[in-house]
Amino acid sequence: MSGTACQCQEIECAEVEIDYTLLDKIIRDDYGGNREAMIMMMQAIQRVYRFLPEAAVKYLSQVIEVPLTKIYEVATFYASFSLEPKGKYILSVCTGTACHLRGSGGMVEHISKRMGIAPGKTTADMKLTLETVNCVGACAVAPVVVVDEKYYPKADIATLNDFMDRLDAE
Amino acid sequence: MIEATQVATSPEVNKITSPAGLDIFRKELDSKLDPNAPLLIVCCGTGCQAAGSSEVVDKFREVLSGIGWGGKVIPLVKPTGCHGFCSRGPLVIIEPQDLFYQRVTVDDVEDIVNKTILNNEVIRKLQYKPANSKEVIPRASDIPYYAKQTRLVLKNIGKVDPTEINDSIVRGSYSALAKVLTRMSPDQVIDEVANSKLRGRGGAGFPTGLKWESCAKQEGTRYVICNADEGDPGAFMDRSLLEGDPHSVLEGMAICAYAVGSNRGYMYVRAEYPLAVKTLTAAIRQAEALGLLGDNIMGTGFDFKVTISTGAGAFICGESSALMASLEGKVGRPRPKYIRSVEKGFRDCPSNLNNVETYANIPDIITNGGDWYKSFGTERSSGTKVFALTGNVYNIGLVEVPMGISLMEIVYGIGGGIPNKRSLKGVQTGGPSGGCIPIPHKIPDINVGYGKLAEAGSIMGSGGMIVMDEDTCMIEVARYFVNFLVEESCGQCTPCREGLIRMREILNRITQGDGKEGDVELLDEIGNFTNNFSLCGLGTSAANPVLSTIRFFRDEYDAHIRDKKCPAGVCKPLFHYDIEAETCTGCGLCKTKCPVKAITGEKKKTHVIDQSLCIKCMECYKNCKFRSVKIM
Repeated sequence: MSGTACQCQEIECAEVEIDYTLLDKIIRDDYGGNREAMIMMMQAIQRVYRFLPEAAVKYLSQVIEVPLTKIYEVATFYASFSLEPKGKYILSVCTGTACHLRGSGGMVEHISKRMGIAPGKTTADMKLTLETVNCVGACAVAPVVVVDEKYYPKADIATLNDFMDRLDAE
Repeated sequence: MIEATQVATSPEVNKITSPAGLDIFRKELDSKLDPNAPLLIVCCGTGCQAAGSSEVVDKFREVLSGIGWGGKVIPLVKPTGCHGFCSRGPLVIIEPQDLFYQRVTVDDVEDIVNKTILNNEVIRKLQYKPANSKEVIPRASDIPYYAKQTRLVLKNIGKVDPTEINDSIVRGSYSALAKVLTRMSPDQVIDEVANSKLRGRGGAGFPTGLKWESCAKQEGTRYVICNADEGDPGAFMDRSLLEGDPHSVLEGMAICAYAVGSNRGYMYVRAEYPLAVKTLTAAIRQAEALGLLGDNIMGTGFDFKVTISTGAGAFICGESSALMASLEGKVGRPRPKYIRSVEKGFRDCPSNLNNVETYANIPDIITNGGDWYKSFGTERSSGTKVFALTGNVYNIGLVEVPMGISLMEIVYGIGGGIPNKRSLKGVQTGGPSGGCIPIPHKIPDINVGYGKLAEAGSIMGSGGMIVMDEDTCMIEVARYFVNFLVEESCGQCTPCREGLIRMREILNRITQGDGKEGDVELLDEIGNFTNNFSLCGLGTSAANPVLSTIRFFRDEYDAHIRDKKCPAGVCKPLFHYDIEAETCTGCGLCKTKCPVKAITGEKKKTHVIDQSLCIKCMECYKNCKFRSVKIM
């Protein structure tokens, strides 16, 4: 189970403080401790911390009495869960078919190269996480880039450069 | 978009306690409507929102409230679900004139209010002009994109405010539910649905009536589940329905529950659709508050509660048994279906699973009858189907057409044809598990229906329709879909897990210029093996993109492998750009567009590309007005 350990030792990662009252609220109050709602609980926890902290997952395992291995299985099976902390900004490039045909692959490559991170990874300074998403359903304005829920329609290399320039300046 | 908390269902409205009460309530609402009242309808589907429609709504509200109306009726701003004409968004329709404005920005809002609303003056620059035409089409209903469609499922979308249930009720929502609860037995409902010959709109096309009948025959607790895990890249029909007309889907589920004898419903929605989840949550709450869902619906003693569950980003969860495992909080791995889920599904109980669009068809079938529904479409594929038309076509968006329509009519009649003076190479249907139909060159045309698409090596799928022009490399498309499926395969059965990885390996090699003789035969062998021996629906169709491109575009495979050329100019190691001296006018546009300054040349003289600097980004090729940049 070494995989659940926080994999960000090399990058400076502040210990995440877990608010157990909040976890209780999510697990017990919102979902009644119902194991069937485990995925929804994990989503709710991830919304709070932007990833699934090890301590929170362990607590969830104890409360709903589901083995940690099962939770790990779920967390690694579904693409939306992350066991690693996310950067300050999450930049998702849509790689759905329409976006792909209009060059989203090249955009992912461009960001990867410039920021020095593979898709799914976060920069060492914890500023940016690069992600790809299979389709956000905004095919008419392809290619689409989403930064923290804001859509950038008809994005191109220049849009991305602008964004990354601003990031560098921060 | 309006927050769920702002919902205007007034608290003083009491629960509807009888089916007749619904009718009275609707008449009451209807009598308050003034058909001549000014109305500003703003499309707030994801496409328009991405283009800024929420800001347009806010600005309209701000500007309208800042005017003294002196007794005149203040126009109502109505944010609606996706109108479907996404490539022209944000869209604004002004009623009662039915005036259509496209690509409206925040800066246009004051003009629209001052000129159009207050002085009846039309703003020409916002009006719709079809491609290659100078004539504007002022009214929404005259635009060919809409006029050529048959909108049954989408009839309310773009008309109702999805956050306001009364708006749906006044247009007839829940009247079909009232009809089945008072005047039909469960068996009669199933017979009516079977008579309509409706087939599952999720992709497999299983007869809906038959599925309901098998579920109804079972003993014990039964569940009604809606598959809203729309994972096909390039498809957004279900999202638009959920965001634009949630009550038709909920009503369809309730009717199904009555027919199969269930009182628990689940809606499995893709988490990547936050707006759909929000709209649905509010819709369920409003319907329960009015007594149209929940306990003792309309005082008839029938209970039906719907719960929303969100997916977590796994394409495989669109498969029925994987979806049900995911609903139980487990990983979504399909199981062999010796026993079907109508017998043993969610929580090992009989479960009826249908897709969003299937349920949305139900209320109209009940209201108008199965014979009416059958009058649309063909003998074997009845009714209409919603497609998400995307790719290299002028009019991108949602189209609803009768089954059996010609594919060329969809691409040219409704879609407006291929932009940038390119020619049509094929249409990909059915998502990652579908195939490319090589119209018009290798197959002149095809009538869109379950059977005809299968004959052409593709599938109906959930309704993704991606138009591809001459600049699309079919090997690269096959590689893209296989790569997608490698990522999304659950990995439990060997043919799918290993077959896909090997196919990707070979396709990667071919697109990088390292293809060798025998690769196509090997792909064909692995592909057939994967399709024949995988466990679930994803695996048994996983090789379709490879097999269908081999069948229709073998010449392209040969060009890549033998000649080391990518004729479409997509696979970078296999082509380069050159400027044709005879046609180059020396306008200099390519030189300005080139991001790496690889193009040189004096004004009005032939330009030249420095191959050592060129990154093959397509900018020169895409922008040249004289098509002088050639793929070599």
